[in-house]
Amino acid sequence: MFVAKSIAADHKDLIHDVSYDFHGRRMATCSSDQSVKVWDKGDDGEWHCTASWKTHSGSVWRVTWAHPEFGQVLASCSFDRTAAVWEEIVGESNDKQRGQSHWIKRTTLVDSRTSVTDVKFAPKHMGLMLTTCSADGVVRIYEAPDVMNLSQWSLQHEISCKLSCSCISWNPSSSRAHPPMIAVGSDDSNITYSGKVQIYEYNENTRKYAKAETLMTVTDPVHDITFAPNLGRSFHVLAIATKDVRIFKLIPMRRESANSSGPTKFEVQVMAQFDSHNSQVWRVSWNITSTLLASSGDDGCVRLWKANYMDNWKCTGILRGDGSPVNGSGHAAALSAVGVPVAAQMVVGAASAGRYFFPHLDSPRAGSRLAHLLPPPSLIEQIYEPDLSHAPQIRQRHTANSTNQPTEHD
Amino acid sequence: KQEVTVSPRLIPGAGFYQKHLGFEWGPGDLIVYETNYKLQGPRSAGSPSVHIVRRDEDICSPILRKLFSESHLIFVGLQKIKEDVPSKNKKSQFVSISKNYRSVIRACMEELQQNAVSTQSGSLASQYGDQVSILLAIELIWNLCEVLFIDAAPAGSLLLQLLDWVRLHKSDVDAKAREVLQSDSPAQHQSYWDVVISLVLQGRTDEARQVLSKQASLRAESSSVFKRMDGLLQTMPIFNPTGTQTLTEFEVKWRHWHEECDRCLQDNTFASNRHLETICKILVGDEDTLLEQKELLSTWYHFLVTRLLFTHPTIKPPDLHYYAQSSMNMFLGPRASPEPLDIILLSAFEFDLHQVIKDCSIALNNWWFVAHLTDLLDHCKLLQSHNLHFGSNLREFLVLEYASGLFTHHSLWQLAVDYFDHCPEFGRVYLELQIERVPLDTERKAIKVLRICEDRQMSEQVRSICKIMAKRALRNNRLGSALSWTIRAKDAAFATLISERFLQDYSNKGSFTDLDLLDNLGPAMLLSDSLTFLGKYREFHRLYGEKRFSEAARLLLSLMTAKIAPRSLWMTLLTDALPLLEQKEVIFSVDQTYELMSCLEELNSGTKHSNLTDQDEDIESTKTELLRLALARNLTMAIVKEGTIET
Repeated sequence: MFVAKSIAADHKDLIHDVSYDFHGRRMATCSSDQSVKVWDKGDDGEWHCTASWKTHSGSVWRVTWAHPEFGQVLASCSFDRTAAVWEEIVGESNDKQRGQSHWIKRTTLVDSRTSVTDVKFAPKHMGLMLTTCSADGVVRIYEAPDVMNLSQWSLQHEISCKLSCSCISWNPSSSRAHPPMIAVGSDDSNITYSGKVQIYEYNENTRKYAKAETLMTVTDPVHDITFAPNLGRSFHVLAIATKDVRIFKLIPMRRESANSSGPTKFEVQVMAQFDSHNSQVWRVSWNITSTLLASSGDDGCVRLWKANYMDNWKCTGILRGDGSPVNGSGHAAALSAVGVPVAAQMVVGAASAGRYFFPHLDSPRAGSRLAHLLPPPSLIEQIYEPDLSHAPQIRQRHTANSTNQPTEHD
Repeated sequence: KQEVTVSPRLIPGAGFYQKHLGFEWGPGDLIVYETNYKLQGPRSAGSPSVHIVRRDEDICSPILRKLFSESHLIFVGLQKIKEDVPSKNKKSQFVSISKNYRSVIRACMEELQQNAVSTQSGSLASQYGDQVSILLAIELIWNLCEVLFIDAAPAGSLLLQLLDWVRLHKSDVDAKAREVLQSDSPAQHQSYWDVVISLVLQGRTDEARQVLSKQASLRAESSSVFKRMDGLLQTMPIFNPTGTQTLTEFEVKWRHWHEECDRCLQDNTFASNRHLETICKILVGDEDTLLEQKELLSTWYHFLVTRLLFTHPTIKPPDLHYYAQSSMNMFLGPRASPEPLDIILLSAFEFDLHQVIKDCSIALNNWWFVAHLTDLLDHCKLLQSHNLHFGSNLREFLVLEYASGLFTHHSLWQLAVDYFDHCPEFGRVYLELQIERVPLDTERKAIKVLRICEDRQMSEQVRSICKIMAKRALRNNRLGSALSWTIRAKDAAFATLISERFLQDYSNKGSFTDLDLLDNLGPAMLLSDSLTFLGKYREFHRLYGEKRFSEAARLLLSLMTAKIAPRSLWMTLLTDALPLLEQKEVIFSVDQTYELMSCLEELNSGTKHSNLTDQDEDIESTKTELLRLALARNLTMAIVKEGTIET
């Protein structure tokens, strides 16, 4: 791992969230300065800020992209008790010339009476749906019935969780065997005994969300929660950021009778638990194929966790700030120039263990132990056929020198 | 055994104002930024930065790119080797594939090294140097695995192959030998004896004799001693695996030779020349003497192979681990801690495949090596025979990791598709998850991605890609492109929406765009009613334009009578009928005219638009009157005409 680029985000206050779009070509940042910025990756690989606007009248906690099937759509949530939906419109030509794009507010969702702590779009197979949760303990599910008209959102469901909510995650599974399911985490520290993770499932018959499970073992405040991609499995995997990182496996149990209309019951197993952040963990997130889980904690580190083929989990990477101040804002250009050369000196971590694993060669010819391993270029050509189209041809012996193999003398 | 632990990667300029690091996963990278989750600290001073941390630097290297693309060909070829080929023939195929992989590594190293030498930038040179040293180690390990596992050389051949391995990976002897031989007086050269001894240590007796002869010719007085040494080197038996000689016969012969060397030592034959004395001690396998050559041997595994050459030339594979362990201990000394490379090689000598793969996975910074090696070993059925219960899971796990890494690259992802295709358990799901994230920068790229999905019947991904492209085209007001993507996505609702845009566009401009597409809709037209109407309506215009009036008239009428046209457009359609009604020739028959009339009346008897302005209403009623008049006139002409024909 190495820092390929540093971008001066130019927010006037703390950044609370950064979100990539589905294809990883755009990114949105939000901040306590009440604004959202959109960044586009140019053909040159550089990131350019193409829009920056005031979105709320309070800190913006989270920003998230809708699936590109629905167009270029963002949702944000804020301390100002609202969530908002934004759509990019194709701007006038002088906007394009300046490399700027135009975002307009399609709706403001004002149902919450307290800070809206998280906002998530539902999986795309459910249509264009948006979910919010708030400090007053309510999860709200909105739907845009006409995907061409994003100014109309109807509040479809209100789930009262009885605990101050901090985070939500949709189960991404699109399998028909799995009804829509949402996990809610609570950071309520007033109530210490109850489970802080609740799982709600949509019931086809009652057309309502009903509680399917409470993870009773998680009693400490939960700050983040995220389902892993399903990978075609029958069970679900859920990662939780609480006083440690926990990964749960939720195995749907067979219904007692076919006509039972109650929610699915789950067998809940702990797959892994990591306390190396030593204290509160604030964020957890899976990569695309859920082979890696990243977590961020009070130790100031981002840790990467990976399961091997036998489901043993290990920390495979750590990122930490070096604690140095960023030079004044005028040095943005210098920062973004941080590239490969610096990286080469600072490479550590398991992903690049090769650096300390194999001795470094100042010059490949410098007579170090590994330099011995390299044959002179002339030999390489004689020994190996570069033409791979003759693959099946078998060489009897690979010798390093071109002289004949000594034969036995009688 | 020691474990490789992870040390933190530092992010410059973070962790000063705020204590937390926020992050976000991206394709092939991870974004991190300074933040504070507790929100009790001070407001942020300074402007926060967003850092993009790449996870796999090798993917971006243009030189390693060749390694990836060429090994991809070998990988695909390997997957095609049929199950039913007799295993004896297979083995030679596997060895050849293994060599092909190694030749790709070598070619890459060569290029990297040339670049390292020629580049002006010191940091680039060291980067290339790093990559060379990693590839060197990879090739070294791979080569050993090839000898021990894939070729599985038996006693006799085993040592010969290990010798080749050592010779290949310690080739500086050749350079030095060349230097000495090309000098003015080779025998006086300061490296002369180093070269002779190095050649002997590698069992290259013929070459050693050649170099020795330079000295012998100079020293007439001691020529007999040199002749004696020449004789010993010449008669050293070497096992010939392709010959008729049995291993036992060879052993007998070798023991005789060994005794003869020993006798020379006892007799102090070489006492007059300490170099020759040393060589003779090496020939009898004297460990202390061998260890004195540490500089020339340079590694414990060279020591191991040399030691076996002069003490146990018929070493059997199962005995190898004992000599390997003791050679390492003797060579490195009791206090030295072995490096990961040493541990990996030792595991290989112990035939602990699992450990080799595991340690390599931890120690290397890309999955290329472990994925390809494990795949090959799995094809050789070596993972099962080593009683690893997870068998092919290990292979699939590593191949999936490697292919996922490729997917983060803007063009290498295409290679990854084949790797996923050869992972029976999770390959498809991984491909589904990864391919829908490939940025659809251009229509061409979208079509490329789409074809991959279509070939694999990934209908949901096909639909989604088409929908994204349709949506994007619509945003940019490219209606034709939007429509064709929608048809591919088979999205009826969206097709309706776009069809309506087309008609709206038509009513604004009075002409259709994207005629090619509209004229060739074919059965795709049936996707939605609106689209059907659009297609048929355009067909009417075409027929009209080609002056095929009666066909046009029939079609126009059917659009209304078959309820294909939405009611809101009937007036437009009827207005379109006006010029046909005004033609000199009778086009609408009596029956057709009656039908047109009933359409007009049906339209007027329907709900009146209350929101129309007076002016609009005036226009509408004028239109109706005009139509009624034209219809009545046409009816007259039609009756006359039809009556005339009948009589």
